[in-house]
Amino acid sequence: MTDLQIKTDMSSTPTSAAHAREDKLIVRNLDFFYGESKALKNINLALATNTVTSFIGPSGCGKSTLLRILNRMYDLYPGQRAEGEVLLDGQNLLDPKLDLNLLRARVGMVFQKPTPFPMTIYENIAFGIKLYENLSKSELDGRVEHALRGAALWNEVKDKLNASGLSLSGGQQQRLCIARTVAIQPEVILFDEPCSALDPISTAKVEELIDELKEKYTIAIVTHNMQQAARVSEFTAFMYLGELVEFGPTTRLFTAPEKRQTQDYITGRFG
Amino acid sequence: MNSLYVARARKDKIVRFLCLSAAAFGLIWLGLILFTLISKGFAGLSWAVFTEMTPPPGSKTGGLANAIMGSIMMTLIGVGVGTPIGMLAGTYLAEYGRHEKLSFYVRFINDILLSAPSIVIGLFVYGAVVVPMGGFSGFAGSLALAVIVIPVVVRTTEDMLLLVPNQLREAAAALGLPRSLVIRRIAYTAARTGLITGILLATARVAGETAPLLFTALSNQFWNVNLMKTMANLPVTINNFVQSPYEYWRQLAWTGALLITLAVLALNVIARLLGTERKPK
Repeated sequence: MTDLQIKTDMSSTPTSAAHAREDKLIVRNLDFFYGESKALKNINLALATNTVTSFIGPSGCGKSTLLRILNRMYDLYPGQRAEGEVLLDGQNLLDPKLDLNLLRARVGMVFQKPTPFPMTIYENIAFGIKLYENLSKSELDGRVEHALRGAALWNEVKDKLNASGLSLSGGQQQRLCIARTVAIQPEVILFDEPCSALDPISTAKVEELIDELKEKYTIAIVTHNMQQAARVSEFTAFMYLGELVEFGPTTRLFTAPEKRQTQDYITGRFG
Repeated sequence: MNSLYVARARKDKIVRFLCLSAAAFGLIWLGLILFTLISKGFAGLSWAVFTEMTPPPGSKTGGLANAIMGSIMMTLIGVGVGTPIGMLAGTYLAEYGRHEKLSFYVRFINDILLSAPSIVIGLFVYGAVVVPMGGFSGFAGSLALAVIVIPVVVRTTEDMLLLVPNQLREAAAALGLPRSLVIRRIAYTAARTGLITGILLATARVAGETAPLLFTALSNQFWNVNLMKTMANLPVTINNFVQSPYEYWRQLAWTGALLITLAVLALNVIARLLGTERKPK
């Protein structure tokens, strides 16, 4: 087992920087299938605790697919199947007996399109908390405020907590979704292109937020924007055609990529 | 180049004219029906219509009180029984059974039921309920209406739930919500106005049904709120009165038709208002 670990770590993180930290999530020999077609091929990598790892690559390379495995989102759809191992604190989360609701409480997800629930701003946050904890009204109020402050949204919504979540602007909606995810205190947060529907100012706010969130959470972010990957993440994974081409510290990957494909992609000479 | 544009503009004019004519053709008949209904129905409108029972042959007094009450009761019970069944089936089709083979068959059968002539449903309930129970009853009438409500509600529930974006379900599941809560708290809430609209439209649909009641509730000259007995109702009363030689009966039939039309119109207007409410945002 240790043998395997060393080998996979060698292949996925060529530099030893990752070893300095503890790994929160370890992906081993992961294959993924949409029906018959193989979307991911033998993925090996590890997400270090309290770091941001970004996944880049052209559309269809499998980065979103990989993210959706980490909280078993693919389980909502028949015909999708993962093989291999994904260890969250040593526990294989591909285990079919795993309680998916508890897993998703530990591994939160923020989506590309802001998805506020059709209820008030307050309820959008309180709803998730009430699933897991039995709190008094004042405790709940406190948690909602804390979550909204955590998502840098409190000052903008504190006077209209009973307004519909849908009445907010796109950027505010996305921060509401982040607040909602943070409110239930997960351990890992997955961001699936969280800024692609936002304007530059909202994007800057969300990026700032991600930077603060890594103090407490382990973060994975899929992005089409290489500057964004460079700005927010410590580690970057470059994927292409379902394979993990290169994985390493962001600064090294962007300045001295080891693989030709990586270099072509980050310099825009692709295809 | 220019001649192409002129030809296209001419074609556009012709098609637009045809569309407008078709719309006008339909609306003219609707307008004529409404006009006749209102002019003839209003003449007989009085308090007596709402307070007095349907008159015996030859009488020059009387109203529709028992028929109005019977219609309201049977419609409400029919919708009350049919709606939960329809919503559960529609929820299965849109949420749990989306990728199941069973859904295909359920949807197919539901479509048949949706387009089945209502007289067939009346006959079915006659054979299944009236004969075994030994007589016509308001209960059988309510059941017949429920059978008509079910496919309408199944269809609207499925359609409205399918309009709820999948991202919303994923976002809810990503918080660790179990499937049942995702449906109840998120999908139903997001589709709420559509679901209510569907129920209102189903109500409007059965409020005017005559054939299924003819074989089940029959009619009743007297005030009756006992579901186990025959029950007066507007559509059958209109059907009976309009064919009679008595001037007063025919007048009551027009008035009854106006009442049903106004009730259905009100339900449709409410449904329309609810439907547009969610658009701005």
